[in-house]
Amino acid sequence: MTSTTTDLLLEATDVSKAYGAVVALDHASLSVRPGEVHALMGANGAGKSTFVKILTGAVTPDTGRIVVRGRERSSHSPAEARRNGIVSVYQEPSVIPDLDIRDNLRLTQTPIEPFRRWLSELGLERLNLSTLARRLPLASLRIVDLARALAIEPDVLLLDEITAALPANLTERVLQVVQRQGTDRSVIFISHRLIEIAAVCNRATVLRNGQTVGVVDVSAGSQDRMVELMLGEVVAALGQRDESKATPAHRSGQTPRVEARQLSDGRRLQDATFELYPGEVLGVVALEGQGQDELFDILAGSERPASGSLLVDGKPVAFRHPSDAIRIGMVYVAADRAEALLMQRSVRENISLPFSARVTTWGWINRGQEGRKVDEAVKTLQIDARAGSEVRRLSGGNQQKVTIARWVARGVRTMLCFDPTRGIDIGTKNQIYVLLRDLAAEGAAILLYTSELKEIQLACDRVIVIFGGRVVAEMPAAGADEAALLRAAHNLKPDAELPEQVVAATPADIAAVEAAVQGASMPTSGQP
Amino acid sequence: MVRAFRRDNAWTLGLLAFLVVLLAFTKVVNPNYSLSSLSSTATSVLPLALAAVAQAIVVISGGIDLSISAQMALTSCVAATMMKDNPGEGTAVVIVIGVLLLGLLLGAVNGALVVLTRVPDIVVTLATSFVWAGAALLVRPAPGGSAAQWLKDLVVGPAGIDLLPKAAVVLLVIVAAVWLPLSRSHLGLSLYAIGSNQLAAFRSGVPVNRTKFLSYVITSLVAAFAGLSLTASTGIGSPVPEPTYVLISIGAVVLGGVSLAGGIGGVFGPLVAVVVLQLIRDDMTFMRVNPNYGLVAQGFILIGVLMAGSFIQMRRART
Repeated sequence: MTSTTTDLLLEATDVSKAYGAVVALDHASLSVRPGEVHALMGANGAGKSTFVKILTGAVTPDTGRIVVRGRERSSHSPAEARRNGIVSVYQEPSVIPDLDIRDNLRLTQTPIEPFRRWLSELGLERLNLSTLARRLPLASLRIVDLARALAIEPDVLLLDEITAALPANLTERVLQVVQRQGTDRSVIFISHRLIEIAAVCNRATVLRNGQTVGVVDVSAGSQDRMVELMLGEVVAALGQRDESKATPAHRSGQTPRVEARQLSDGRRLQDATFELYPGEVLGVVALEGQGQDELFDILAGSERPASGSLLVDGKPVAFRHPSDAIRIGMVYVAADRAEALLMQRSVRENISLPFSARVTTWGWINRGQEGRKVDEAVKTLQIDARAGSEVRRLSGGNQQKVTIARWVARGVRTMLCFDPTRGIDIGTKNQIYVLLRDLAAEGAAILLYTSELKEIQLACDRVIVIFGGRVVAEMPAAGADEAALLRAAHNLKPDAELPEQVVAATPADIAAVEAAVQGASMPTSGQP
Repeated sequence: MVRAFRRDNAWTLGLLAFLVVLLAFTKVVNPNYSLSSLSSTATSVLPLALAAVAQAIVVISGGIDLSISAQMALTSCVAATMMKDNPGEGTAVVIVIGVLLLGLLLGAVNGALVVLTRVPDIVVTLATSFVWAGAALLVRPAPGGSAAQWLKDLVVGPAGIDLLPKAAVVLLVIVAAVWLPLSRSHLGLSLYAIGSNQLAAFRSGVPVNRTKFLSYVITSLVAAFAGLSLTASTGIGSPVPEPTYVLISIGAVVLGGVSLAGGIGGVFGPLVAVVVLQLIRDDMTFMRVNPNYGLVAQGFILIGVLMAGSFIQMRRART
């Protein structure tokens, strides 16, 4: 290994990071050669973003070595990482909105002339540097971010979903610039779009469950290998579906529990249309940022839709507050327990909190009755409540069980689960999925967004796929293996080969192909 | 059960132990300090203790109220002036009730401004503190007025036995009347919820804005009690707010184990903390420490306590 070290521009080895009991990175590694464009790939939650944060100094790893140009570096802040030659363009714009562009450049000590040169390379030569950053559209800000990073002339440039917010013409310019870096600079490229990776990347490192599971030379036919690596094997430990409890997926004539008609939040979510029936678990699959967060916020009453309508049991509803949704038994289970629980309060208080919302706010808490309900829920969900006085001392799995228990304790009709098993150990995951199936068997309707594609077949009856804010595919869970789901989530046609011909294509072709692919699958989005 | 109680209230119990030590120390530096001196300590500490309880309620809900001392001045002046203009023991009862209603109104204004304008609470209550203080000066340009005799008797002297000052009884009755129902009701849980995690509370269906509004109303109700106790203990109303009250109320809240970030603590810790702070001040007077040094010392004590508190929390978080 040591002999190759000198050939590499950046080498990260044995990088681990755990957040409490949750292992985000598990002895992962990444080697980047000089002058290459290297893709960092992985499904949601595979550890990409943690890796990026460690490389840029935003997070300190528990273990691991980072070597840049043969010298070991440790970065404790983005500024330090920058001095070490690593510069990142994050998913969100990192300019100060109330300063103009020139002042933003001064703030980061970016030389103006190279910045202007890169800006014109990227197709924004006419940008006025005296414009306030908040007046610029998102796409321009991404370009400004990129030009600023390039003007610093870093050794390693990290691009995290740079193309996500860009229109096709700018995407094309960005990809051209990325590809044209000299032998002195390497680019670490993160994108959900396989087509882009095929077009600009030389090699790809694939992460799964925090581990580096493979390094692939990007060439014709390598996409299948990448998809395979991203998926991994189905975890055998996960309980098999009890088929006797399986319910017919689609019952015509029955009133849907929830019917979404062209729901839109005006930004990410566009015309989402689907039905959720009592007694079924409906899976939702989407890449990050396709509008699923917004969809769940609307369904749970946290946000109001910009347009479209929502029907519950056939009657139109307009939630103005989550308590409106809770009142008719429509409840939300978040991925992030910190968004759902009062971490410093007890299990009892957390479970009884939603009760308080149902009854009048200053009604009396009946401690005897409440205590029995809490005990019942704790028992049903097998919550290890020994550290019950403060929820934050429970394990992540037990915390998630508390968030579910509080709803189960009061009788749930519709449960909206947003990635409820994120960062939870396999045993607890299994319990949660069994619980969801049991709830469905008792007549509840369950909408389940999960970033773990392999769990769709185990837990769901049907699955819908969201891309670009629209429902682009619907299939029975039985036929939804991970490859099919991943294709659908990338908005590729179900049976299409991953487009190998694109590998050698120019970015202009890519944009065309991508437009074609999106257009081709439009009819399945259920639009009138 | 006992162990859980001890763990949950470790901070308050420790503070109580410290109070006992401090009382012993007081006896050493001032041999004249006796059981009957407890009454005068209690009488002088009563307004401050109520101010601390008021502050604790809004801080638990994740807010802060800088206008408490100005509210006390205003309610105290209104009470003293009206009792002078309308003498009579019976009318005084009506006036007391009226002043408490005034307190609710002041809190409603604070709460409505915080919720509706979304201006930070610290700014809103700083601004309203000037409004309340100005109003107090309009009501009573100079200290004066009077208080009904029963009101004065209520807070001075011991209640039967020396060990139990009347002021302490009044304090406990008021706090029990406000806090016990609150802590056992859904509203109380909602107060902790919005202080602990607003997003989680919102998603759990808690009406966040309404709860926040009510936290200011309840705080101001207790502040009105504090203003009345000022009138009762001094017999007059003074239009100039005592500037240290706000700081000491916040200090007592912190020293009493309430997190300034909200969601943690109760009102009994701050109560004990107020007595501790007052005793330290008294001891310094007995020891003929320059009172200005006394203020400096109080500041350092608060900083020391805060550091110790966050240190303990850090260690807890690690295990």
